[in-house]
Amino acid sequence: MNTLPVTQSVIEIIYLVASVLFILSLKWMSSPATARRGVQAGEVGMLLAIGGTLLQKGIVDYTMIAIALVVGTIIGIPLGRVHMTAVPQRTALSHAFGALCVTLVGTAEYYLRAPDVSRFVMAVLSMEVILGSLTFTGSLMAAGKLQEILPQRPLTYRGQNLVNLLLFGGAVFLAVYLVLHPGEKQLYPFMLAISLVFGVLLVIPIGGADMPTVISLLNAYAGLSAAAMGFVLDSKLLIIAGALDGSSGLILSVIMSKAMNRSFSNVLFGGFGQLQVTADAAGEAKTARSATAEEAAAILSAANKVVVVPGYGMAVSQAQHKVRELYDALTKRGVEVVFAIHPVAGRMPGHMNVLLAEADIPYDRMLDMEEINGDFPQTDVALVIGANDVTNPSARTNTTSPIYGMPILDVDKARTVMVIKRGMSPGFAGIDNPLYYLDKTLMLFGDAKAFVGNIVRELGGSEG
Amino acid sequence: MSSTLLNGLFIFMLAGFIGFEVIRRVSPLLHTPLMSLTNALDAIAVVGAIVLVGEHKSTLATVLGTIAVIAATSNIVGGFIITDRMLRMFKTSRPTKP
Repeated sequence: MNTLPVTQSVIEIIYLVASVLFILSLKWMSSPATARRGVQAGEVGMLLAIGGTLLQKGIVDYTMIAIALVVGTIIGIPLGRVHMTAVPQRTALSHAFGALCVTLVGTAEYYLRAPDVSRFVMAVLSMEVILGSLTFTGSLMAAGKLQEILPQRPLTYRGQNLVNLLLFGGAVFLAVYLVLHPGEKQLYPFMLAISLVFGVLLVIPIGGADMPTVISLLNAYAGLSAAAMGFVLDSKLLIIAGALDGSSGLILSVIMSKAMNRSFSNVLFGGFGQLQVTADAAGEAKTARSATAEEAAAILSAANKVVVVPGYGMAVSQAQHKVRELYDALTKRGVEVVFAIHPVAGRMPGHMNVLLAEADIPYDRMLDMEEINGDFPQTDVALVIGANDVTNPSARTNTTSPIYGMPILDVDKARTVMVIKRGMSPGFAGIDNPLYYLDKTLMLFGDAKAFVGNIVRELGGSEG
Repeated sequence: MSSTLLNGLFIFMLAGFIGFEVIRRVSPLLHTPLMSLTNALDAIAVVGAIVLVGEHKSTLATVLGTIAVIAATSNIVGGFIITDRMLRMFKTSRPTKP
């Protein structure tokens, strides 16, 4: 075994320590009690890794590095200070930045090395660049949809899947050709361009309700492309970090798609929101009962146990702080209030938890689907705020429903159900929700924030 | 197959397993901060970009590398800041043990 020069050994040991810190960082994320320590471990690991890299003897020019680090920090600070409601689009944007970095490094490495590139390096480099560039544009599209710069509804056209398949096939074909003939530099830009276009077309047809799965998948791609970059640069640290990020994204994707009872390919190629038009066209005259804030307040204050089911509607109207006031008012009256959170509620994994935590709702009051579903029969009131499909009982009963088989929160088993909603229009996926027509259901029409505020006022008034 | 490649594959396999076992245990409560943290850690790709810029082997490599360093650094800084901000918000209703 040949020995490394001293500096190189020192750098490798620093990288080893950084890898350990990264793994500990994720390990400490398992509980809210240790999670902040996890962030600190990550920060130390990152500083060590960057410091160690600056020791590399190949580095001759530090000016540009310094400038780039400063500019990156200046951009990064506001991105870390965005409002909590903007977290999903911020996350999508950071996937785009990570993927951009990987793609650019891969491209630079190719032009530095070609044609002297071994087959294996060319193969991982192609994988790095294809995954990186499709994640870059795909994440930008996702961020645009979440920021509502782009329409949230799925944009579909005839032959979409065929076009996507051809593009992806084209990129892979060029990659294979480059592996066999790494010197064919003129082909490289085409591979890059096709992958960039593919990323756009892959995400454009995906609707807002599928964003949790898509963001997780893009997260996995970003991690895998970074790991591929680690193979190209022969950097163990990068392989480890990429593998950790990739497995994290993959696990989240699996959890999200299970929570929607859909496969990855169905999310990516299904174009949700298209098939539903024909479903439930019977149009029988169903009636829903509505109630006022005063009536809702009376029922809530008489309850022993209330389960609040938040959804994307709560995020849109930024009702979380009013929900917190409702939680306080009811808790003060001795009502037990808990929050039931469906894995795909909102626009990214854990979205609702962050918003509720922002409003100072204790995290031990937030329960996930498995924890809460058995409790609904003993629940006096289930209060649904801006959630729809995740409470739709057709998922259990109606085999023809497009969401049949999707695990849902069994709010219909509660004694009384209240749904705060703007109007009777079906939810994002365009599926009618029979929950609204049950005898025990009261529809509370209005903006979530305003309506919860009214209930709180009624509760305060009757108390006074 | 070279030995560096084999080493790399072994490391990738082991890190993948560790990642799977560790992340499986993360409560759904913290899935959003988890994603922003892994995002920040993933920006370790900055080390590759730094070397590209510093070695200054070609103008193209320096320019692409500089943009890459900027993109990754903003992810590192922004990712750690927002993860910590989110985690600070998570409080329990039970009195915390001293």
